[in-house]
Amino acid sequence: MTPALETTDLKVRIQLTDAWFTVCDLSVLLPGRGVAALLPDGRQVAVFTDRTGGLYAVDNRDPFTGAAVLSRGLTGTHRGRPFVASPLLKQRFDLETGRCLDDETVRVTAYRVKAA
Amino acid sequence: MTTAPEATPTIVLVGHGMVGQRFLEALAERGLTATHRVVVLCEEPRPAYDRVRLTSYFSGRTPEDLSMTDLRFVEDHGIELHVGDPAESIDREAREVTARSGLVVGYDLLVLATGSSPFVPPVPGKDARGCFVYRTLEDLLAIEEYAKNATTGAVVGGGLLGLEAAGALDGLGLTTHIVEFAPRLMPVQVDDGGGSALLRTIENMGLTVHTGTGTQEIVTGDDGAVTGMKLSDGSELATDLVVFSAGVRPRDQLARDCGLTVGERGGIAVDEQCRTVADPHVFAIGECALAADGRVYGLVAPGYEQAQTAAATIADDETDRLTFTGADLSTKLKLLGVDVASFGDAHGTTADCLDVVYSDSRAGLYKKLVIGSDGTLLGGILVGDAEAYGTLRAFTGSVPPVPPESLVLPAGAGAPAPLGPSALPDEAVVCSCHHVTKGTVRGAVTEHGCTTVPEVKKCTKAGTGCGSCVKVLGQLVTAELEASGVEVDKGLCGCFPQTREELYEIVLALRVASHRDLLDRYGREDARGGDGCEVCKPTVGSIIASLAPVIGASGYVLEGEQAALQDTNDHFLANLQKNGSYSVVPRIPGGEIAPEKLIVIGEIARDFGLYTKITGGQRIDMFGARVEQLPVIWARLVDAGFESGHAYGKSLRTVKSCVGQTWCRYGVQDSVRMAIGLELRYRGLRSPHKLKSAVSGCARECAEARSKDFGVIATSHGWSLYVGGNGGATPRHADLLAQDLSDAELVRLVDRFLMFYIRTADRLERTSTWLERIPGGLDHVRDVVVHDSLGICDELEARMRAHVSHYRDEWAETVNDPEKLARFVSFVNAPDTPDPVVGFVPERDQMKPDLPLLDIGRRPAQSEETALEGSAQR
Ligand code: SRM
Ligand SMILES: Cc1cc2nc3c(=O)[nH]c(=O)nc-3n(C[C@H](O)[C@H](O)[C@H](O)COP(=O)(O)OP(=O)(O)OC[C@H]3O[C@@H](n4cnc5c(N)ncnc54)[C@H](O)[C@@H]3O)c2cc1C
Ligand code: SF4
Ligand code: FES
Repeated sequence: MTPALETTDLKVRIQLTDAWFTVCDLSVLLPGRGVAALLPDGRQVAVFTDRTGGLYAVDNRDPFTGAAVLSRGLTGTHRGRPFVASPLLKQRFDLETGRCLDDETVRVTAYRVKAA
Repeated sequence: MTTAPEATPTIVLVGHGMVGQRFLEALAERGLTATHRVVVLCEEPRPAYDRVRLTSYFSGRTPEDLSMTDLRFVEDHGIELHVGDPAESIDREAREVTARSGLVVGYDLLVLATGSSPFVPPVPGKDARGCFVYRTLEDLLAIEEYAKNATTGAVVGGGLLGLEAAGALDGLGLTTHIVEFAPRLMPVQVDDGGGSALLRTIENMGLTVHTGTGTQEIVTGDDGAVTGMKLSDGSELATDLVVFSAGVRPRDQLARDCGLTVGERGGIAVDEQCRTVADPHVFAIGECALAADGRVYGLVAPGYEQAQTAAATIADDETDRLTFTGADLSTKLKLLGVDVASFGDAHGTTADCLDVVYSDSRAGLYKKLVIGSDGTLLGGILVGDAEAYGTLRAFTGSVPPVPPESLVLPAGAGAPAPLGPSALPDEAVVCSCHHVTKGTVRGAVTEHGCTTVPEVKKCTKAGTGCGSCVKVLGQLVTAELEASGVEVDKGLCGCFPQTREELYEIVLALRVASHRDLLDRYGREDARGGDGCEVCKPTVGSIIASLAPVIGASGYVLEGEQAALQDTNDHFLANLQKNGSYSVVPRIPGGEIAPEKLIVIGEIARDFGLYTKITGGQRIDMFGARVEQLPVIWARLVDAGFESGHAYGKSLRTVKSCVGQTWCRYGVQDSVRMAIGLELRYRGLRSPHKLKSAVSGCARECAEARSKDFGVIATSHGWSLYVGGNGGATPRHADLLAQDLSDAELVRLVDRFLMFYIRTADRLERTSTWLERIPGGLDHVRDVVVHDSLGICDELEARMRAHVSHYRDEWAETVNDPEKLARFVSFVNAPDTPDPVVGFVPERDQMKPDLPLLDIGRRPAQSEETALEGSAQR
């Protein structure tokens, strides 16, 4: 999570193995809602921002159903940590670590993300 | 061992337990060991042994006696058995298994028979010295060693295995306790009566039984060894040794790691041939497998059947085809010297069944037979004397030639059992998706210290499927906590200490039109400044939407901050389907539709390749729209005069109608006209839960109005208004609120009724549950909305008028606003690329979601993750 400034020309970037990948303009993110982005290798990532401007990115695929829908879940704060709830069966995932809060054995990939 | 020639296909078996060994024998019987190279990876330090008779080790049987593996058999069949070398990973692409020793074996067919592992409840201290599980010979050897310096032992879990372990501790000379959170022993197999007979016998043997008691903590001394345990009744039990026997979980980690499909509650998913559903080269058998009937079998007999099935499938011989589609769970056990048997519908769950009970608790005898209304023997429970088990089981499902009573009861002693308490029994399944019983839910509270529904969901998985049982879960948790004297937090969620009703009043009185403001001012201390949660956001969003015209907020649910509060379905104004596509439901008021409009729907569905279905609500649902297609589809629908059907919202759904007076020879009023009028009046009204209605043209009630939140039935003098009806999971017939109403009187009463409900109901509380919950029930509601006892009716009516006059079609508004349309894209950085996971395959002239695609899609993400984690470790 990187605090970001309210500047329109900032881009949201995600760290892939070798480089930072530009996803979209920071201004298109709505606090509390996500967007989905396509990565060069075909994977999908769900990108969120919260009301303090924190940025998060996790794999878009809901591991419980296989559908690529996490970007469409509702976000919130649980014990001070940001999470997204899957829109299908409502399991919650920590946005910083990707861990599922409802099933310790499940996690999704979490990406480093910044606005620059 | 010799290496087989290249051409010989290789079968690798992972796990050499009871079922694994049976599988090897089945291979040998079919000559497959001659045509195949067979490699076995065995985790335990010894080859397969008789786990079922494990406990007999304590009565003098040696590990050698228990062995099921004749080393001659292994040698004669050229089986390469690697003892003490578990498989660590599977590469399904290369078809290779890597064992702990570094051994890599390629396979043509892989068979997983990894069994299960004991479940240890997550209580503090569970890993202390002196804590054991009861699964392997090694476990028993360790318990035996430790018991030498112990005087007292406790077993957590009074089920089948727990009693066996308790018997073992008793046999080792320890003072033995059994702690079981269900109200009786062996809750799965026997009922209350059987439980008390068992209890009596076991107590007579000198064991101490604590039922209805949970384990809260394992207490340890300075040296880190167990000294006792804290129980849920507040007492502390001194003990030197603890054995956990609280159930087992399938060992499916290997399978998970290589991307094989596993069930939601674990178990490797296989088809009727025991082949994994994800990979035709891999089989799973025994306790690790999730059979085609959706169950994981914890008994050895079904495992043996699976072993035979897998071997037959591999042999692929026309004359020897086997399938495994499920197994009988009847059991007969001999434990602690007590005979126990249960068979068929032992708990009497068949409708209208009767039971015949004979019980003599002095003698520790309890026998129950469950008999259908036509005399069919359906099942039974025998405790203390299971002599008749064989005969009775054979008669199960038929009407026995002699009265079944005579087979178990002393002459003349048969008397029908008194009816059980009306309350749900502990074994009642409250969550059918995950087959979670009331006892388990209660156990989550008493045993695992859960105090909220989310905690119980996490602990038991109940409520994480379709969600329809969450309300019941809430009631059970509250009841259980109240029973244990805990003050129950009635707050909406972890963010707000208020109920929905209280928040409604705050929003109304203070005109707070923002979730953020509400949270920062009225939220719980530690939730302020945060982002709320998936419970309070849509609830507050709905309250703001219901009150929008009154508090001066925008009624459009996707305006500003409101957009971020809506559940996914409201956010996309469509219903999300399992593969990430959406359904489209235009409003068809009263179910009346002109041919031209039908044609438009047909054309749109055809042009976009959508699946169409007539719904239970008298309209047409089009499924399979991709998110980026929604605006285009809706632009055409809006153009043709359709509007949103709000199938996605907690709002008015449909007002069904019958043809009524216009056509029907019995009709006494124009039910279609009234239904259309009501549907148009209340469309778009956001409420605590969805609202449904229907209007029937006469008392024959073809529109099923009495199953609706508000239902209207014509009489020759006007209309009768019924409220609080419900179909769904807990059906309820609506109650008559008022009769012989004119059109205007009817509408006025419905206005008041709905607004009163919206004001006072809880989140996701249908009118039926609300009516039963609120103090005073129907009489109170009638006083308020008919007799205006609170003097609020003018206000309620004014609020409804405001709603009606401010109504705008959400979809028309959306398709005309380019900014709103921007969110309807698959990918923010590739708006025109459709989501590749959303695919379809044909079925019956239409299409359906391509489900394997969801699995295929899942693989790259998972293998990527393992790769990352692996490299981080290195
Ligand atoms: C499409 C339809 C089934 C069909 O093919 O006929 C349907 C489909 C769904 N129903 Fe239903 N119900 C449909 C008629 C019904 C009916 C019959 C009726 O309305 O006359 C009932 C029983 C009547 C009642 O509600 O009292 C019904 C009782 C439920 C329930 C249980 C409600 C309850 O109080 O117990 C749920 C779950 C919930 O709402 O929590 C539900 C939930 C759902 C959801 C929304 C589940 C979901 O969240 O994905 C389904 C999504 C539909 C979609 O994606 O478009 N559906 N559902 C019917 C749509 C009617 C319509 O035109 O709007
Ligand atoms: C005390 C006790 C009493 C029982 N009583 C009864 C009874 O009365 N009636 C009844 O029907 N059932 C009973 N059962 C259950 C019965 O034992 C099981 O249903 C049966 O053993 C299941 O066989 P399986 O091969 O699937 O699993 P298991 O016998 O458990 O064998 C699985 C084997 O796989 C090994 N393994 C796991 N992972 C790996 C890996 N990665 N690599 C290599 N090996 C691995 C394990 O170490 C284990 O040896 C009892 C069980 C116990 C513990
Ligand atoms: S409810 Fe009465 S009026 Fe309506 S269709 Fe049935 S019989 Fe006819
Ligand atoms: S019945 Fe509990 S989640 Fe479906």
